[in-house]
Amino acid sequence: MSGLVGRNLLAGAEPDVAKDAGYPDAPPRMGFFTDTSVCIGCKACEVACKEWNSVPEDGLEFTGMSYDNTQGLGADTWRHVAFIEQDKPVGNADSGVRWLMASDVCKHCTHAACLDVCPTGSLFRTEFGTVVVQEDICNGCGYCVPACPYGVIDQRKEDGRVWKCTLCYDRIGDGLEPACAKACPTDSIQFGPLDELRERAAARVDQLHGMGVEDARLYGHDPEDGVGGDGAFFLLLDEPEVYGLPPDPVVTTRDLPSMWRHAGVAAAALVAGAAALFTVHGRLGGRR
Amino acid sequence: MSTSDVTKDGVTGQREGRDALIGQGTGRGGRRKRRGEQAMVPEAEFTSYYGKPVLNAPVWAAADVAAYLFLGGLAGAGSVLAAGAELTGRPAAARALKISSLVAIAGSAAALIHDLGRPARFVNMLRVMKPTSPMSVGSWVLAAYGPAAGAAAVLDVTGLFKPLGRAATVGAAALGPVVATYTAVLIADTAVPAWHEGYREMPLVFVGSGTAAASGVALLAAPAAETAPMRSAAVLGAGLDLAAARLMERRLGMLAEPYRQGKAGKLMRAAEILSVAGAAGGALLGGRSRIAAALGGAALLAGSACTRFGIFHAGMRSAQDPKYTVVPQRERANARDTAKTGGA
Repeated sequence: MSGLVGRNLLAGAEPDVAKDAGYPDAPPRMGFFTDTSVCIGCKACEVACKEWNSVPEDGLEFTGMSYDNTQGLGADTWRHVAFIEQDKPVGNADSGVRWLMASDVCKHCTHAACLDVCPTGSLFRTEFGTVVVQEDICNGCGYCVPACPYGVIDQRKEDGRVWKCTLCYDRIGDGLEPACAKACPTDSIQFGPLDELRERAAARVDQLHGMGVEDARLYGHDPEDGVGGDGAFFLLLDEPEVYGLPPDPVVTTRDLPSMWRHAGVAAAALVAGAAALFTVHGRLGGRR
Repeated sequence: MSTSDVTKDGVTGQREGRDALIGQGTGRGGRRKRRGEQAMVPEAEFTSYYGKPVLNAPVWAAADVAAYLFLGGLAGAGSVLAAGAELTGRPAAARALKISSLVAIAGSAAALIHDLGRPARFVNMLRVMKPTSPMSVGSWVLAAYGPAAGAAAVLDVTGLFKPLGRAATVGAAALGPVVATYTAVLIADTAVPAWHEGYREMPLVFVGSGTAAASGVALLAAPAAETAPMRSAAVLGAGLDLAAARLMERRLGMLAEPYRQGKAGKLMRAAEILSVAGAAGGALLGGRSRIAAALGGAALLAGSACTRFGIFHAGMRSAQDPKYTVVPQRERANARDTAKTGGA
């Protein structure tokens, strides 16, 4: 544990999260690379996730806004396929519309705010560097919900506890790939060691740029970003906010030391102010 | 039945307003402008996913968590004033404040447990000690403060074990400032834009608000002869609350909007009026008229509660509208890109 002393573990690049979390001989960090340029919006990932993880029904709603009736990630939606129709030609066409489809998921951040703020230790870092909720410990305080900069984790109302993607902790421990990646028919969802995925993603962006797809960009791949890089990152064809992703997320606990300093000043002001007031007003007559 | 027809020249006979909303979010479209409301700055241009929020808003209930913010401040600041009153020979004021701190902290513990998704598992809060979680830190602080505040009140009222009572009073006063301020860190340590970005001033707002509320209790319940320091504390507390809130709103820029509009805006305005009226009334007349003191005290308590509920609702609103997440982050990202490419 001496390797942890003097380092900022709340923000910035952290090459070996599992080791820092106390696993001396951790396997390589595993993650997802979701290449949205080949997503066909079939939602097999949503279905496979629900089937494998026994995730309950999340509302049979017709939104009327697009082919997306799932709307967003939540306690009962661990994969969500976004659907966007744009007034923008595809390839070399002069005019027309294009469809963007993207399967969103928990980012398994290097610096995971949900994990940082969990008061019970229910949320924990696995040996694969992923972030998982222990449901037998969660007491439903709900602190992780607004802490997440991506709006991923949420409380299951009838149950009281919080739920989110586990990166199929039960499958990857057995050498299987997560259910969504297994079900993806176009390999838009790729599972593997994060280092390998980052190399593959960089090559894919270059390939797309070479083909004239200037819009292609990676999201969540950079270990220097506000959350120290995501364990699940993406290749997008437009700005992140178009897909409902935050453009520049920062882990809230990056500022926690400064928050406590400001609170300390305020607490000291209370003590000093009260002491000054009672000194100025002085002691009341003899009896105590 | 479809009325449209696809021909060689394109589509004819379409009904109005049934085109798919392409790409851009629809969040802006549906909002009605209230009569007479003139936008001082143009609406921020931004993109979102069909106007859907980026964040998942807190699942906390206002009746539990906003009430907790109020009661925690009342209890913590009350313990500090109680010790000051006791040590300077103001026993009736000290007793009133000790009782209010005990009631407030018991009420806040009940509110916190009630807000849990699994109340039966509240003891899991003390399963680990986790410095990165303000809620864990707060749970341990409350576990120490609660018994101290309780002992201080009970031993004062019963008159038993005077030295122990004095120790409990001083102990509660030492932990009181932490109880009154840590809740500011608790809400700021989230991705909720209006809370997180206000983390510098929020603890000062909370200390001011808590002090004003505790002074209000003393004005309500203690004889005027003993409340002179509490009347000064009411003025200082309310002043600090309002000044820090103003400063916070100025620094928040567009993120101050949720504090000024809707339910939160009404509550924040009510808080200002009540706090100023309570502090002024209590300070000017509270020494002479028992009724004026009681009214001033009640106004201070109500003002403090309005501040906490206002802050709570402002945060909820800032989490529910993607604008407050996307616009500041987009500006930050663009500024960084510009810096990287040297302004090209």
